[in-house]
Amino acid sequence: MENQKENKLVFQGIVKEYGKKKVVDGLDGAIKDNAITSLIGPNGAGKSTLLSILSRLLKQDGGDVFFMEQKLQDYKSSELAKKLSILKQSNQMDVKLTVRDLVAFGRFPYSKGRLTATDWQKVEEAIAFSDLQDFADAYIDELSGGQRQRAFIAMIIAQDTDYILLDEPLNNLDMKHSVHVMKTLRRLVDELGKTVVIVIHEINFAAQYSDYIIALKDGKICYNDTTHRVINPHILHEIFGIAFDIIEKNDRKICNYFNL
Amino acid sequence: MVFVISRIPRTLALILVGAGLSISGFIMQQLSQNRFVSPTTSGGLEAAKMGILFAFILFPEASLTVRMLSALVFTFFCALLFIFFVEQVKHKNTVFIPLVGLMFGSILASVSTFFAFKHNIVQNTQEWLLGDFSAVLQGQYEAIYIILPVVVISYIYAERFTIAGMGESFAKNLGLSYHTIVYIGLLSVSLVVSASVVTVGAIPFVGLIIPNVVSMLIGDNLRRALPLTAFMGAVLLLVCDILGRLLVFPYEIPIGMTVGIIGGVTFFILILKRSK
Repeated sequence: MENQKENKLVFQGIVKEYGKKKVVDGLDGAIKDNAITSLIGPNGAGKSTLLSILSRLLKQDGGDVFFMEQKLQDYKSSELAKKLSILKQSNQMDVKLTVRDLVAFGRFPYSKGRLTATDWQKVEEAIAFSDLQDFADAYIDELSGGQRQRAFIAMIIAQDTDYILLDEPLNNLDMKHSVHVMKTLRRLVDELGKTVVIVIHEINFAAQYSDYIIALKDGKICYNDTTHRVINPHILHEIFGIAFDIIEKNDRKICNYFNL
Repeated sequence: MVFVISRIPRTLALILVGAGLSISGFIMQQLSQNRFVSPTTSGGLEAAKMGILFAFILFPEASLTVRMLSALVFTFFCALLFIFFVEQVKHKNTVFIPLVGLMFGSILASVSTFFAFKHNIVQNTQEWLLGDFSAVLQGQYEAIYIILPVVVISYIYAERFTIAGMGESFAKNLGLSYHTIVYIGLLSVSLVVSASVVTVGAIPFVGLIIPNVVSMLIGDNLRRALPLTAFMGAVLLLVCDILGRLLVFPYEIPIGMTVGIIGGVTFFILILKRSK
């Protein structure tokens, strides 16, 4: 808590209620800069709610989100779109847009639809960064789920925000595409200095690729620490209610929770 | 003289209505994320007719402008109602939504007929039932020019409509106010629909089939698809108009009927092809 000043995305006392039920109740914390933070926890723990509040998609009923020492809701939406992006689970849409068209939308906050040469260059860079050159002119409704998700992430990359929030980016992806997406996110942090926050279900992807983990249960934050410390059989058992066996390999931890 | 008083206005009206309705259909389909939504399949045409009817009943001497405004208010309100309905429905079955729209339209139409019957103006309402360009004469069709600025606005907002069609969180992420875009889109659609129903009557299916054909040809990027959409909509109406005049020469089949037949059959084919 003492070095919160250095973190640009800070939240205090976040409460969100649906009817009488508090989905999240008094969440405090900060997102570490230049790192991947994973939000983990059982279904209904409030992970997606917290992410939506951090990204202005949802208004909290109590508490504040500070972004660069200013309240999130005080930002002009068009300005914030250049600094912080959010990608929700993409529902299967049958929109006939090419990958390049979709990625070009990422430049909307800058160009308002009139793309300059620089914008197009950013679009091509984003497509190359996500390894989608071969599909740039394909329609997104003809791509596989994994390719489509990568196209949406390429759009977020073209948006070129320092903060990137993703809600279950691995949902419905096969292992190859999941690894590809996580490696892309890793490169965004390591090569471009971005800050990434993701909601993730598969604990091993969080253990392998994230720097920090925020663990939620029943609308409260139980742990907010380095991945190394949170990936611990006792802590995981406390959060998920099942037994874990942790295997260390190449300085990274693998969690086995089968047949224990 | 015939040329200036009738031919030019008629051709201009055909082009504007064809282009305007096609673009409106495209906007509605993007905003509702449903390929089968259009002024025809969301009760829009019926709402416009209802607006005209109520203008007739309340102000019998109503000018074209008053009728147009009344149609506009009804159409806009109905479009809002429909879009919010679509938002509420969790189970977004592609064919279910336009079917509900058609039912909604039928309900509006029967309410209109009831009031028309009570006020003995059923015959008048029959005139708006089928679109007809034969009555388009200099001095009586000028409301149709409102379509021109709407086309320009649609072009400026094309990108935003497509983005809004990708969903609320998608639009918000890019710094856009989702609901403002939806309102602007629906207002544009309502302007086109009410202006065309007031001047030439209800023309079904144009806003449904043209956007679908264009989408299959060159995709859903509205900025890119808009010119072709406008062009094809205008061509469809011109062709139907010529057909309607040639088939029973020297009489004329109302264009609402020719378009209705061609459009109805195409709609059926589209449903089979596109809803898989």
